[in-house]
Amino acid sequence: MIALLKRDLALAVRAGGGFGLGLAFFLIVIVLVPLGVGPEAALLTLIAPGMLWVAALLAALLSLDRIFALDFEDGSLPLLATSPLPLEGVALMKGVAHWATTGLPLTLAAPALGFLLNLSSTAYVWLFVSLAIGTPALSMIGTFGAALTVGLRRGGLLMSLLVLPLYVPTLIFGAEAVRRGADGLSTTTPLLMLAGITLGSFALLPFAASAALRVNLR
Amino acid sequence: MSIWEYANPKKFITTTTPIVPWVLGLSIALLVVGLTWGFFFTPDDFRQGSTVKIIYLHVPAALMAINAWFVMLIASLIWLVRRHHVSALAARAAAPVGIVMTLIALITGAIWGQPMWGTWWAWDPRLTSFLILFLFYLGYMALWEAIEDSDTAADLTSVLCIVGSVFAVLSRYAVNFWNQGLHQGTTVPVATGERSISDIFFVPLVMCMVGFGLLFLALVLMRTATEIRARRIKALEARMRG
Repeated sequence: MIALLKRDLALAVRAGGGFGLGLAFFLIVIVLVPLGVGPEAALLTLIAPGMLWVAALLAALLSLDRIFALDFEDGSLPLLATSPLPLEGVALMKGVAHWATTGLPLTLAAPALGFLLNLSSTAYVWLFVSLAIGTPALSMIGTFGAALTVGLRRGGLLMSLLVLPLYVPTLIFGAEAVRRGADGLSTTTPLLMLAGITLGSFALLPFAASAALRVNLR
Repeated sequence: MSIWEYANPKKFITTTTPIVPWVLGLSIALLVVGLTWGFFFTPDDFRQGSTVKIIYLHVPAALMAINAWFVMLIASLIWLVRRHHVSALAARAAAPVGIVMTLIALITGAIWGQPMWGTWWAWDPRLTSFLILFLFYLGYMALWEAIEDSDTAADLTSVLCIVGSVFAVLSRYAVNFWNQGLHQGTTVPVATGERSISDIFFVPLVMCMVGFGLLFLALVLMRTATEIRARRIKALEARMRG
């Protein structure tokens, strides 16, 4: 499993597998927001938590179809499926690798982009914490979506339609945590719910993803 | 004699075909009586006026929108466990009916909301979760359409339906939480005022609910039979070509 993780990480970093792409997309969306809604600082402060979370979510979505598609095309996915490693483990590691190449950089970059949206000063730490807790869930849910659509020729658009509704609870609790942090309220409840979604996704969705993979490889 | 006998497509069609007209007829009769009674023979609410009468469409449709998803969930589980094709096709048949019910509930809600709340749409928890339910239906149906092999499609949509159900429930809770967090105590959803109403309003409402339920049943049975026949034609065509 560790070897698979290392392989995926190396592929993502070396082969131009969209490692920086998600991050660049995140930056561009955040830059576009003030251009769209106007540069008033108070307004930006108000919408910053939600916009940062929505942008992070879209950036994570962007690289999802690469999770299985490349392996499916060059034939290494059937190999992985017939290897002694359980397919659930493969799905789990794919999710972890996706998070390490997308969710983690997004989490690290988000506070810097908070400045662009005039995020209130108390919210930075909560933005970082909520993204750190919440983006693994985005990756794992996305892995499930990618597993569902791996056999389709143009699955990307369909996958966004499938995955985005599943992202709703994560988005709500994540943005809520930041908003409460900005208002100086207690963030415990949304963060606990967010952690619950992440842990639940990692516990259950590998099984659903591997079931979908088995069907698609049949 | 067990219920699984009806999982045989032929048996399913021969059993349901004579039943469907009766179910459909009964539902239409109930709806005609219930809606006419509700629309024309109940007094106006003293605060809401005659706008309250849209309840006879809104509530039953919303009820069936949620129940249709449950039907799909159960049918998907049966398909995954027992591999009965009729079950998978029933899940497929229920989805378009469910999405239409969701749309009816959303649209009648907007029409009702406009004079009552002064707005067509508010990000109230109930409204929002219904919109999210609509998105789930869209994704589910899109996945059915996208996959050519019908067994693969049935498997994948079943998995999606199960995972989607969990996340739909989660969304419902999340949305509740989110709105409280925004402190928008403005919009008050339906049932609070109407629960205490007398039988004059309640009897036609129940008639409409039962009518919508039977209508849903009849439509799903008809659509399932159609799907079975469509699949048979496909198989025949494939045989003739090959």
